[in-house]
Amino acid sequence: MYAKDYHDRGTPESASRTYVTVEIDGVKVEVPEGTSIMRAASIGGCDVPKLCATDSLKSFGSCRLCLVEVEGRRGYPASCTTPVAEGMKVRTTSDKLTQLRKGVLELYVTDHPLDCVSCPANGHCELQNMAEQHGITGTRYGLDGRNHQHAPIDASNPYFQFDQSECIVCSRCVRACDEVQGTFALTIQGRGFGSKVVASMDEGFLASECVSCGQCVEACPTAALTEKAVVEHGTADAAVTTTCAYCGVGCSFKAETKNGQVLRMAPNRDGHANHGHACVKGRFAFGYATHPDRVLTPMVREKITDPWREVSWEEAIAHTAKRFREIQARYGRDAIGGITSSRCTNEDVFLVQKLVRAAFGTNNVDTCARVCHSPTGYGLKQTLGESAGTQAFDSIMKSDVIMVIGANPTEGHPVFASRLKQRVRQGAKLIVVDPREIPLVRTPHVEADVHLQLRPGTNVAVVNALAHVIVTEGLAREAYVAERCEADAYAKWKAFIAQERNSPEAVESITGVPAERIREAARLYASAPNGAIYYGLGVTEHSQGTTMVMGIANLAMATGNLGREGVGVNPLRGQNNVQGACDMGSFPHEFSAYRHVSDPVVREMFETMWGVPLQSEPGLRIPNMFDAALDGTFKGLYVQGEDIAQSDPNTHHVFAALSAMECVVVQDLFLNETSKFAHVFLPGSSFLEKDGTFTNAERRISRVRKVMEPRAGFADWEVTVLLSNALGYPMAYTHPSEIMDEIARLTPTFTGVTFEKIDRLGSIQWPCNDKAPEGTPTMHVGEFVRGKGRFLVTEYIPTTERSTTRFPLLLTTGRILSQYNVGAQTRRTPNVTWHHEDVLEMHPADAEARGIRTGDWVGVTSRTGATVLRADVTDRIQPGVVYTTFHFPESGANVVTTENSDWATNCPEYKVTAVQAVLVTEPAAWRMSHDVHHGDEFAVGSRQ
Amino acid sequence: MQIERLVAMANQIGDFFGAEPDRGEAAKAAASHLRRFWDPRMRTQIVAHHQANGAGLNDVARAAVELLARNEV
Repeated sequence: MYAKDYHDRGTPESASRTYVTVEIDGVKVEVPEGTSIMRAASIGGCDVPKLCATDSLKSFGSCRLCLVEVEGRRGYPASCTTPVAEGMKVRTTSDKLTQLRKGVLELYVTDHPLDCVSCPANGHCELQNMAEQHGITGTRYGLDGRNHQHAPIDASNPYFQFDQSECIVCSRCVRACDEVQGTFALTIQGRGFGSKVVASMDEGFLASECVSCGQCVEACPTAALTEKAVVEHGTADAAVTTTCAYCGVGCSFKAETKNGQVLRMAPNRDGHANHGHACVKGRFAFGYATHPDRVLTPMVREKITDPWREVSWEEAIAHTAKRFREIQARYGRDAIGGITSSRCTNEDVFLVQKLVRAAFGTNNVDTCARVCHSPTGYGLKQTLGESAGTQAFDSIMKSDVIMVIGANPTEGHPVFASRLKQRVRQGAKLIVVDPREIPLVRTPHVEADVHLQLRPGTNVAVVNALAHVIVTEGLAREAYVAERCEADAYAKWKAFIAQERNSPEAVESITGVPAERIREAARLYASAPNGAIYYGLGVTEHSQGTTMVMGIANLAMATGNLGREGVGVNPLRGQNNVQGACDMGSFPHEFSAYRHVSDPVVREMFETMWGVPLQSEPGLRIPNMFDAALDGTFKGLYVQGEDIAQSDPNTHHVFAALSAMECVVVQDLFLNETSKFAHVFLPGSSFLEKDGTFTNAERRISRVRKVMEPRAGFADWEVTVLLSNALGYPMAYTHPSEIMDEIARLTPTFTGVTFEKIDRLGSIQWPCNDKAPEGTPTMHVGEFVRGKGRFLVTEYIPTTERSTTRFPLLLTTGRILSQYNVGAQTRRTPNVTWHHEDVLEMHPADAEARGIRTGDWVGVTSRTGATVLRADVTDRIQPGVVYTTFHFPESGANVVTTENSDWATNCPEYKVTAVQAVLVTEPAAWRMSHDVHHGDEFAVGSRQ
Repeated sequence: MQIERLVAMANQIGDFFGAEPDRGEAAKAAASHLRRFWDPRMRTQIVAHHQANGAGLNDVARAAVELLARNEV
């Protein structure tokens, strides 16, 4: 069932801009052409009875409850399937209509339990509402006939159940799975009385193709498909609208609570990013917030080999401030720094970077975006003038050709992937550029027109070859380029890209992609009326990550695919607030809105507002912090909401660096890999415990609203305030809205943004300024942010990480649907049902040569380390390449990744590591030692 | 910091800007990048390395560090 406070208008909104006027029950209503009578009536204030209709799905016309009378027409048409027409006169109530509806309802009730009072959907069931509305308390036909009262309940899914006895076979679940989610996992099996909702081949929800997005549950009008939490506790008594804390789609949810506890997260149909859709993580995996592993008391210890000692907040904060000041006194001002988190709010992030710059007095602040999308910020700023994606997610519904590069949205950004698949099913063409056969390459009713299955590390060669075809075959939109881009830079780039060495034929042996495939893709993209590019970490996490981002921008500019709906360059951000963390001035070289610290005008503005002198030199980036720690010049670190010991590459190097520091402060929900090296642990607060904002991948600023009080007593921003005060730099905020007010005053792209304004508009896409007071869904309209677009020469330079005789395979990494990043949250939910360990995907040819079969232990060795994973032999991956995820610390995926990084930003080259893989009989030595260490840490949890 | 690591990073920057045919412009752009994105201790170290012998630096990186050393960026 949809969110409790939602007003369902029955059928979707019409996109027409032509309006017609109709009269419904004597009231004149003006609606867009194509609107159903049902929707028009609802807008006019009269909701027609319905059961099979809901406004997230196309009208279906099966329940026959929404019948109306139309003047001049015979019969009783279904209002959901009948569009309005100019001058139409409709009656939604009459004795005859009531009689017809009662008859239908009586038939439904004959095969439905009359247990409303004890039903989990009591008070929030559409059948119950309809029956009550029509005075149906029983049925003339009796209840002795055949029925489904004793049909078995399918409770296989950990989050929801299917109770056939409650099902009215309205097909809303099946249609939701098809139309919205695009998985096509459900169907109605059988006919007549035997009709039954089944998952896949009637194998139960868990074993089926169902991806547990919960859309069927959201669509169900009765208790047939219900969250188990609702079955157990009943319906909610309150709801708070907030924003998901998982991926960069930033879905809006109604956090429904009962007695102050979160009961369920109901996707918000008014949510601008998700329009009522959700995935298995955001919809269901919120239980980590109340998991017993949460650390709720601050802890300190002198040495990392000591056991933790629980202390008061006062002691923990005072201890931290003292230690940081001692380190600065001994080693210098720049011997400490901080790391902000993309899992925290804009307000949390802004305060941490302010703490570092103003209270620590250094620019040694960085963010976890360093290891994911920092090349996006640099590459797009240099070419287009702004470090952000160009479109709203809705833009894809106007795309004719969609190119997905180095992203796996089905797993990483599922709600966006569903929109993408909807558009492809409508006829848009799809190009996938990925070393793996990701699900988008071939999935129900969606098949990529071209899959460029390149070798890892050859992105730039491919994007150059695509551009070569566009330029040499005369497919560039010269008039657009002449009007919108720098002529000299274009001429230089054009001369470079047209060189034969960039042709698809010349790079075929490098990329492994047949030249003709690249030509086909280039022609498809360049000839599209609207061509859009979406990309992910498969673009950025390379030694040439920034070059590839520039190459993508070049491609879009050359084909005129920027500055309107349906086109654009769109980074899919991995975490919910990657965009926001970057916007808020988390990088060591720039203040909020990407302004360099050396700019005296900008710096003076911050100095005036903050009342302290600020440094004009860039600080250390995360990898530089590690190097400096090993060098003895960096000794103290404040890490908020980021597990760098698990997520950063070359684990041994990170461990050594953290071990070399004298004061590591971790602020997080749980003890984690990094806290093994920490001297202070400050309990963090989940997104359910604080107010603030997140900014998603489409630059959309959405509210995060407190659903429950911070479990450890303080929200994250309050802890930063306490620390700042203790360091002698007072902060006087009483609410995160005041932090946003300060952000707005200091950040040109956030001009006028306030909590009140976001509350009023629902969300705002920055830039928000005097020209666009309600935000900017599409960027670079008319001209680029930097004025003229700038083409940059993107020479392909092979990574030094190459396969060799010793390390003949290339390891690349990615994500899986049910888990999120380092897994700290999702591993503590029933999502482990689907993915309880990371595995190594290997092509059958490589596996056979090594005697490896699915399920075997495989030792994976690189030049930096070794780990062991279970094998999954599959042809999703090409020969010579292996693949794994990094959601479980014991997998040690980053033990084998190297310190190689992007030339411009030091973003690690996670996507290419030369490895050897061999059959082993037991976990590798590293893994065993890791398990011991892991055990120690939580034994240390025998806190004093 | 390990000088080998800094040299490798500087060379990557040199490689990117080396696509510019004008060597002087390439060096300036690379030097500007080092100036804007490298922490002062990293710059000091690479300059010291350059002044010692500059071993391992490619042409563009070497020229860029030279500009840094002369404070011409």
